[in-house]
Amino acid sequence: MPASAETRRKPFVRDILGRSDYAIIGELVEPDARVLDLGCGEGELLQWLAENKHVEGRGIEIDGPKVQRAIARGVSVYQGDIDEGLSGFPDASFDYIILSQTLQETRRPLAVLEEMLRVGRHAIVAFPNFGHWSVRLSMLWQGRAPRTKCFPHEWYNSPNIHFLTIRDFEALARDQHWTVDRKIFTSGHRVGTFLANLMAETAVFLVRR
Amino acid sequence: MIAETRTACFDSLTLDCGEALAPVEVAYETYGQLNSARSNAICVCHALTGDAHAAGISHADGKPGWWDSMIGPGKAFDTDKYFVICSNVLGGCRGTTGPSSTNPATGKPYAMAFPVITIPDMVRLQKMLIERLGIERLLAVTGGSMGGMQALQWAAAYPETVVSAIPIATTARHSAQQIAFNEVGRQAIMADLDWNDGNYYDSNPPARGLAVARMVGHITYMSDESMREKFGRRLRDKETFGFDFSVDFEVESYLRYRGTQFVSRFDANSYLYITKAMDYFDLANGAGSLANAFRSGNTRYLAISFTSDWLYPSYQLVEVVQALRSMNRDVAYCELPSNYGHDAFLVDVGEQTEVVRGFLAATFKARA
Repeated sequence: MPASAETRRKPFVRDILGRSDYAIIGELVEPDARVLDLGCGEGELLQWLAENKHVEGRGIEIDGPKVQRAIARGVSVYQGDIDEGLSGFPDASFDYIILSQTLQETRRPLAVLEEMLRVGRHAIVAFPNFGHWSVRLSMLWQGRAPRTKCFPHEWYNSPNIHFLTIRDFEALARDQHWTVDRKIFTSGHRVGTFLANLMAETAVFLVRR
Repeated sequence: MIAETRTACFDSLTLDCGEALAPVEVAYETYGQLNSARSNAICVCHALTGDAHAAGISHADGKPGWWDSMIGPGKAFDTDKYFVICSNVLGGCRGTTGPSSTNPATGKPYAMAFPVITIPDMVRLQKMLIERLGIERLLAVTGGSMGGMQALQWAAAYPETVVSAIPIATTARHSAQQIAFNEVGRQAIMADLDWNDGNYYDSNPPARGLAVARMVGHITYMSDESMREKFGRRLRDKETFGFDFSVDFEVESYLRYRGTQFVSRFDANSYLYITKAMDYFDLANGAGSLANAFRSGNTRYLAISFTSDWLYPSYQLVEVVQALRSMNRDVAYCELPSNYGHDAFLVDVGEQTEVVRGFLAATFKARA
């Protein structure tokens, strides 16, 4: 509770490990929670959460060298694909399931989200907003697949296969009758809700079923 | 690091088959120092043909241990920090009681009168040894192949004793293919007339049969790639085919050499008993399901498999990891890239060292 009030008050967000979405997630997660990080990379966020919030963390990551570095730093990471990765976990076995900057890379995003909400009591979903004005302008003026700060890849080598905007996610949450407990929109390090779908580069949603 | 094999003796050991062995001897080695809290002990379990000499240079014959690349000062199992124990398995022929040991009832070697043993029997004996050494909890139990089966059995049977388990290139139960290769090995031994129903201790051992068993084993420990790299179609000391059945190819020479060399250090009956124990092993047995085998305790797990290991393919360890996850156990898993096949856990230890070192350090910090 204090964590979320804090975030709301501050117009700026600091970085954790050089990432503002990590800072937001770091504030959303309650101390001593059980956390599963999907697409956890080298486990930096989980290590930070373990050291600063005493969480019991686990991760899933598909990239072998990243998994090795995560385990080498003492984080329990499982090498696997998040599109098929959660089936073995019992219901509500974690307090939070984190999916940071990866939703748009999954093959079946809805299935992944449903599994997250089954296995976790809360889901924290952070994604780059495809509705940002830079994306719209890039498309409008150049008439090509948008390339912006948040979507830097060429269409042919982009890991992103399911683009979504803030309004898309809100519509999905409404359709699925999910409860959105918190939503935080950022542009650079500035936090704001004004014309979020146009102004925000990144969105973080705290959702439950 | 000079290593010396010692022996512990126990009055009796009750086996899964219902019989008891009395007395029982265990050959073991230790490396490093047990700390005052007795919280830094690691039990290393060996594979089918290994022995207690896991690390350092043998005082007896000057040879390095079978996992010397992983155990020692500054290595993955850092003997500057941890106290490492390795013992020869029950049924073995390298100092622990097995079919070649003297049967007190007859004064002769047991041979086929030796009772059929299991992986849980091996682990029960190891636990007796650990207790004899004054250790109540193990920071880690680890091993590759059959050693990994023992590590899993340890964690499932004695979760209060095992702080963490590191099963490598292993499975919770043999597949038909794994049983099949073991059966070929056993049949090669038993088809050798010198085997003589196991009674060869006062005559010639079934050297040809045991050598063939070892040759088959070696093929399964390598990969198509590693054999291509190591031998290709190169000929051995000749420019052209001999047009006879002497050695033509490098790979033939290698397998023959490995087979013959093996006979001098391994007992054929031990090979029969230990491979049978591996084939019988099924962690789900008696628990109802594999997941149920891990229902109690809070042991941490690090499971490691290798991309080119076709004898113990990754899916088998993934199955174990899935079972652990379904019980909410703390488990890390990685599939390491290697061309060395099943042998990778012994010879391709760069990445394995990094993950084991980090996992152990975190476990020691959190739990010791």
